[in-house]
Amino acid sequence: MQSHIRTFAIAGVLAVSTALTPAAFAADTEVTLGAQLEPPNLDPTGGAAAAIDEVTYSNVFEGLTRFTSDGSVVPGLAESWEISDDGKVYTFKLREGVKFHDGSDFTAEDVKFSLDRINAEESTNAQKALYADIESVEVVDPSTVKVTLSKPNGSILFNLAWGDAVIVAPETAATNATNPVGTGAFKFDDWVEGDHIDLVKNPDYWGEPAKLEKVTFKFISDPNAAFAAVMAGDVDSFMPFPAPENLAQFEADPRFNVVVGSTEGETILSTNNKQPPFDNPKVREALAHAIDRSAIIDGAMFGYGTPIGTHFAPHNPAYVDLTSQSDYDPEMAKKLLAEAGFADGFTTTLKLPPPSYARRGGEIIAAQLRDVGIETEISNLEWAQWLEQVFKGKDYGLTIVSHTEPMDIGIYARPDYYFQYDSPEFQKIMEDLNNTTDPAKRTELLQAAQKKIADDYVNGYLFQLANTGVVNAKLKGIWPNRPTQANDMTSVYWED
Amino acid sequence: MSDMSLNSRPASGLLGSALRSPSFMIGFLLTLLFVLAAVISFFWVPYDVTVLNIPNKLKAPSLEHWFGTDIFGRDIFSMIMVGARVSIAVALVAVGIGIVAGVPLGLLAAARHGSLLDEVIMRGNDLVFAFPALLIAIMITAVFGPGAINAIIAIGIFNIPVFARLARGAALSLWTRDYVLAARVAGKGQARISAEHILPNILNLLIVQGTIQFSLGILAEAGLAFVGLGTQPPLPSWGRMLAEHQTLYALAPQTVIFPGLAIVLTVLGLNLMGDGLRDIFDPRLRRAR
Amino acid sequence: MLPFLARRIGSLALSLIAASIVIFLVIEVVPGDPASFMLGLNAAPDTVAALRDSLGLDAPAFVRYWEWITGMFRGEFGTSYTYKVPVGNLIADRVWVSLPLTIYALTLSTLIAFPVGVLAAARRNSPTDVSIMGVTQLGIAVPNFWFAMLLQLVFAGILRWFSAGGFPGWDAGFWAGMKAMTLPAVALALPQASILARVMRSSLLDTLGEDFIRTARAKGLSRRQALWRHAIRNALIPVLTIIGLQFSFLLAGAIIIERIFYFPGMGSLIFQAITQRDLIVVKSAVMLLVFAVILVTFLVDVTYAIADPRLRRARS
Repeated sequence: MQSHIRTFAIAGVLAVSTALTPAAFAADTEVTLGAQLEPPNLDPTGGAAAAIDEVTYSNVFEGLTRFTSDGSVVPGLAESWEISDDGKVYTFKLREGVKFHDGSDFTAEDVKFSLDRINAEESTNAQKALYADIESVEVVDPSTVKVTLSKPNGSILFNLAWGDAVIVAPETAATNATNPVGTGAFKFDDWVEGDHIDLVKNPDYWGEPAKLEKVTFKFISDPNAAFAAVMAGDVDSFMPFPAPENLAQFEADPRFNVVVGSTEGETILSTNNKQPPFDNPKVREALAHAIDRSAIIDGAMFGYGTPIGTHFAPHNPAYVDLTSQSDYDPEMAKKLLAEAGFADGFTTTLKLPPPSYARRGGEIIAAQLRDVGIETEISNLEWAQWLEQVFKGKDYGLTIVSHTEPMDIGIYARPDYYFQYDSPEFQKIMEDLNNTTDPAKRTELLQAAQKKIADDYVNGYLFQLANTGVVNAKLKGIWPNRPTQANDMTSVYWED
Repeated sequence: MSDMSLNSRPASGLLGSALRSPSFMIGFLLTLLFVLAAVISFFWVPYDVTVLNIPNKLKAPSLEHWFGTDIFGRDIFSMIMVGARVSIAVALVAVGIGIVAGVPLGLLAAARHGSLLDEVIMRGNDLVFAFPALLIAIMITAVFGPGAINAIIAIGIFNIPVFARLARGAALSLWTRDYVLAARVAGKGQARISAEHILPNILNLLIVQGTIQFSLGILAEAGLAFVGLGTQPPLPSWGRMLAEHQTLYALAPQTVIFPGLAIVLTVLGLNLMGDGLRDIFDPRLRRAR
Repeated sequence: MLPFLARRIGSLALSLIAASIVIFLVIEVVPGDPASFMLGLNAAPDTVAALRDSLGLDAPAFVRYWEWITGMFRGEFGTSYTYKVPVGNLIADRVWVSLPLTIYALTLSTLIAFPVGVLAAARRNSPTDVSIMGVTQLGIAVPNFWFAMLLQLVFAGILRWFSAGGFPGWDAGFWAGMKAMTLPAVALALPQASILARVMRSSLLDTLGEDFIRTARAKGLSRRQALWRHAIRNALIPVLTIIGLQFSFLLAGAIIIERIFYFPGMGSLIFQAITQRDLIVVKSAVMLLVFAVILVTFLVDVTYAIADPRLRRARS
């Protein structure tokens, strides 16, 4: 949060300049948000695309629990819950008087339907694994649901807050992709494919009603176009803004506030742990010392981002700062390479997905690795190719990607995950974590997990992606942080 | 071979008329400038383009850096020199593919004029033309991955029908000429006539068209690189330089102006040279124009 | 005439079949799986298999080709994997935007090129002619995406006369739609206008050199009268051919410009569909474009043949 409100003094100038912009003609109950990616469809339970949640999360669809701006989990459609002593039975008390946008009542049956649907055999839920421990869902009465787990799972309330576990109605589940019907403060209104999506206020919302009448999501993938659209006043907010280099220009303009918050995106130099020479821990350690994080943050992100030394978000209370363990030290890197038998270096592949952190970061890392004798062949891939070659095919040496799912250190316990890290010791820590509900004990285990992957130099840990964006100076209530892929608009309003 | 309507000047006069044609001379000099830049870049550039110097990024043009520095602190002048290599190589090979594959097809179609083969070749040409070029390029890279080679293939494919049509059209008119008829009477085969009598007489046309396709190839390579489908880093390319700095138009104009100018001037040079060549080879056209 | 038409229609049909097979085969070999793209980084393999099954991706190639072709004849293009709406509707929406943009750009380019070309021809070798020809050379040489970004920066970012891009939909009104199309249309029109002006000029000069114009001049018409009464009409044929070519080029070739102005046209639909591996959209949309171009070529050929019987023999 670098920039603050500094527009009061120049309110006169502001009034003149915004009067010229098209957005200002709209009533002060409408907001247009810029977003880089258009969602493929609007069903958060049937696809992984972040763009789906960015439109629907908390606005259209709600789950039993939900994330707040600081990442904590609070009651959503469940008013309260009780957990049995063995940690296996969760009894949720549901809110009453909640209606879906089509007018039908929200009941315990809808909850059972939605959760059963995730675990059904023909389910196409992208995060199915998060809910695999749910053994059965029982309707006690119309406003009470009992969820039984096969084994204790300390993360289940957290997992239920994900967009993938929102509550949908059986009648409309099949058509949510194009006509989403949820319980949220906004209703889906219109979608001009390739251009924008409109949401309008839900007058019958059960909680505090939205302050805005209409929210428009406008899709602008090109960073240059995004800049022009903000300058032209076509959009009132662009979070996250795709080009950090432009933020300084926005900051100099009294019409805008630049917002800098946190995300759950650990940006890492993923390393194929089974591909020689990266199967040698010494080589991975050398890699870690060959990378200059500050140059990457400066060169690729124009200074926005927090260095990390492990796969964990620095704003999380359980975070341990391990960056010093992999300090930039090219001489040390060369020495380690020589010890590993690569005194003359080697050549590997560096496959980069489209975001600019990867493309720019990749060029910088390639130059840094060249300094210690490692040559990289860069190939710039689109996401589909990246998924095919790197993620599924594991045909890569190095890649750069930001893991934006919240609390996802558990991926290191999956030996078939694309970086192919197989450590029984780490897997044991994760298993213990799942069986633990005591907060202090959980923190301890999470810290042990962070240390383990840092000690094994599984991947090169670069930086935590910052949530940088630009917001009209008069628009209030936009989440500065990004605890999940969401643009919660329920409490956003225009200041007079 | 007196009947050379497509080449109605003795060779000695060509140089003279070239020197008198302002569009040829301007075009030739511009082209020469970039070819020289590309050649020199193999031996010497002011700064190594693979070395990043991030603290020195986005510097305005100065005595040390004539065109300023880019987002990673690299010298833009050096990058344009090395980028010329890529642009010229890609466009040149793509034109080569068009000529090597297209001209024989066109000559064959003309030799077998009216046959089924002719029809198949011509319809095949139409078919290639009917495909949206950039989309095909995108699909090719989706299949084979991005890179200079695939950019060359994508551009080259669309050069084939251009040269096939040109060669067929020009050859058709020559097949009715007396000296060709004489060669036929003398018992020469179609292939031999095409090679000995037809090809030399359409060479001028091919050179002119080749120059134009060359310039189109440079534009196409820049476009492909702009959408990320051309050469991959760290080798610089003009189109990718534009793409990587597109958000810096206002902040650091040198990062987009100089690569853009390089493209404009090279294409302009080639087009002017092509125009000049056409006038030189065919003075009748010059009178008409 | 009839045998000519029959042959031409026959080869039209064959071309279309060949095009459909090429498109289908290319789509077949494109690596990348729409199901895994949709499900992202955390999906389990059996979830992907379930989605592949529900999308009908596992039928044999021949069956899928046959269903695609027969479906198109029935006007059924299937359902988009990612958008989950009928492909036909998606394409129709985009055509409704791309077609007007193409016409707008062509109109602009013709309106500019015509007078400029005539002026240059009328004042051949004058300083006016030389400078016009110089400017058109420049117009051809400027990469249109570079020019487009400049337009966007100046007219949207700085002057704020226009939106930076996007398209509000025709529901927002005719003029709102036209306004949104203006910057992309100008960017597209610049190189086309330059080419067209040059063609106009040289075609006019060619006709001016022909016998019937000389006859007209001999009858006492001034150069200017000859130009207006006879030359322009006769010079139009090559110009119209170029306009026809530009039409099909613009319809599909605006991808980069559409990206810069985040304009929801055919090009960006196909581009996005390729990156998302929504191949069912890609194949039908590309087929439609190819069909349009082949049809235009066919119509041009037939029109020429009707106009000039000599061509019938030469072309058939």
